[in-house]
Amino acid sequence: MSRNAIIAAIQRGLKRGPLPTDQQAMLTGRLKAHPRGPIPARGQLSLADRIALFTTYAEREFATVQRLAAPAEIPTAIASYLARLHLPPTLTISGHPSLQSIPFNIPSLRIRFGTALPTDPTCLTLAFAGIAETGTLLLPSGPQTPTTNNILPDNSIVLLPAARITASYEDAFDLLRAENPLPRNVMLITGPSRSADIEQTLELGAHGPRRLHILILDGQG
Amino acid sequence: MLQSLAAFKENATSAIGNAGLQRALARAKPHFAKKRQAAIDLLPEFEALREAAKNIKDHTIAHLDFYLETYAAAVEAAGGTVHWCSTAQDARAAVLKICRAAGVRTVTKGKSMVTEEIALNPFLEANGITPVETDLGEYILQLRGETPSHIIAPAFHLNREDWEESFRKSHADLPADRVFRERRDLLTEARGKLREKFLAADAGITGANFLIAESGTSVIVTNEGNGDLTQTLPRVHIVVTSIEKVVPTIEDTLTLLRVLARSATGQEMSVYTTFSTGPRRAADTDGPQEYHVVLLDNGRSAMAGTEFQDMLRCIRCAACMNHCPVYGAIGGHAYGSIYPGPMGAVLTPMLSGIEAAGNLPNASTFCGKCESVCPVKIPLPNLMRHWREREFERHLSPPAQRYGLAIWAWFAKRPALYRAATRAAALGLGFMGRKQGRFAWLPFAGAWTKTRDFPAPEGDTFFAHYAARQKARSQ
Repeated sequence: MSRNAIIAAIQRGLKRGPLPTDQQAMLTGRLKAHPRGPIPARGQLSLADRIALFTTYAEREFATVQRLAAPAEIPTAIASYLARLHLPPTLTISGHPSLQSIPFNIPSLRIRFGTALPTDPTCLTLAFAGIAETGTLLLPSGPQTPTTNNILPDNSIVLLPAARITASYEDAFDLLRAENPLPRNVMLITGPSRSADIEQTLELGAHGPRRLHILILDGQG
Repeated sequence: MLQSLAAFKENATSAIGNAGLQRALARAKPHFAKKRQAAIDLLPEFEALREAAKNIKDHTIAHLDFYLETYAAAVEAAGGTVHWCSTAQDARAAVLKICRAAGVRTVTKGKSMVTEEIALNPFLEANGITPVETDLGEYILQLRGETPSHIIAPAFHLNREDWEESFRKSHADLPADRVFRERRDLLTEARGKLREKFLAADAGITGANFLIAESGTSVIVTNEGNGDLTQTLPRVHIVVTSIEKVVPTIEDTLTLLRVLARSATGQEMSVYTTFSTGPRRAADTDGPQEYHVVLLDNGRSAMAGTEFQDMLRCIRCAACMNHCPVYGAIGGHAYGSIYPGPMGAVLTPMLSGIEAAGNLPNASTFCGKCESVCPVKIPLPNLMRHWREREFERHLSPPAQRYGLAIWAWFAKRPALYRAATRAAALGLGFMGRKQGRFAWLPFAGAWTKTRDFPAPEGDTFFAHYAARQKARSQ
């Protein structure tokens, strides 16, 4: 069997048999402790400064960022964003309770909760966390947060509670680890889709969303 | 086109004379180096991260059996299946078996060097399954029937007119008189074409940048989002990957990610970094129903415990080839290997044998730039030197080279004689070349002087200078 052959070849190369139990216990201990490597200092800031750093890096990577004071501001913000870019006033929203509770009261904005269809132009999703270090969003999959909504539409609008902006990827994954088990899919997203495959020249809008608009919502835990 | 390994010298000569390739190389090379440096200048912790990344890989390789078993158990616990494959043939057969069992007719593919290594596409086609490359660079290579010339920028060698020509020829259903004003127009056309493929595919095949032992997770990194559409939309997700990709934990992966994108494209972070663990769960509305990992060895386990073990640290960032003067002169196809550049020169003899790949570790100036930019500090020049030793020991190097080395060794073991002989040669050549300052031809070095001049020595030997300097210093 290939499995045994591969394991045996590795052990032969390393000039030993299977690891002794005390060494296995040490390695299992390392897995349980999952120690961190060096963490860049640049994200280690107050919440206000983390929000500012997140915004700087997200914009540098061609995302757009808008800061909102209350959930009631979300519908207008989205409607005017779509209007400004001449996009259809249609929105597919992931079914997460935090998104279900937004008071959508703009008659011209057609909304639907669920998983995106290929014809849906714009999705609203909820970020689990944002990472100040590089302006990165963390989006886990789940019954109410389908991965398809992150990646299939032309335009991606992401709601990010300001309090969930962490210094480092590690801090964000600590929050995720607390909600054991690890979701089936976890996406770290930094800006809209792009490619430099044609003459090593960057062009936005490859296969994922052409636009990424981040709504940072204050005062939410 | 991928050329023959054995014909490296002829390939290199024709690459130097290829105007289109030289234009592409001249454009891309300074670009990669500049972007990498700019990203590193922004991160004071980069050197510390590099050391940590090296240590993580060394720790993992020293316990590779344990971490692979742990990884496989975690994949199975999450509802996935691991297919252990010793050879390329095993891996192709495993993919086909999965496809047959699930009734798969079309597959979309994310970018994967391991699927290039096992030549998966022609095999699937021969068995009635249509593979569609979805990375933009891989897509055009598939249209043109070419192989990648670079491990992260596969269509590196093409110019814009090549793209236009291929798109016009392959997308015959679109208006023939359409105009490609900008690069973006090409990108938009490919997006439209591939969207249909993403939605229609029965299975998606991706590679993996990392496999996480603690959770049984595969990690892919893309800028286009093609990998995510490939692994999210179809019924079946097949990860084709290799054993050295495993790392212990999520935190270890994050350390490696911090050096990966910066070393590769000079980005601080790639656009999409995605962690996948098993198939769709009970209440999920999307994601694949089947999740398979085809885990390839293909000669890698034989590197453990040898002088080539350090090569198992490689995270395929391409910094070595982006900074290599040899790659910069001839591009990737001339190497005749799936993996070009310095990392390819070390890895290819392991996969194809030193008999076939002996030219590759010799195609180096040993300038050391590759090692200095490697995010996991692989001593690439040293590893190439080990291959040269093996080649010499096995009498694979050409007779003239062996006799030359034998004569040199005879002198080198007799220092007084060596110094006298080299001194005589230096003074003699210096005298003969005193007018031109260079030689267009030298006896026994005709091949060397065919493409460049040999500078005439100016004065005494290095040893003589060194001795004089030491003497002056001690006085």
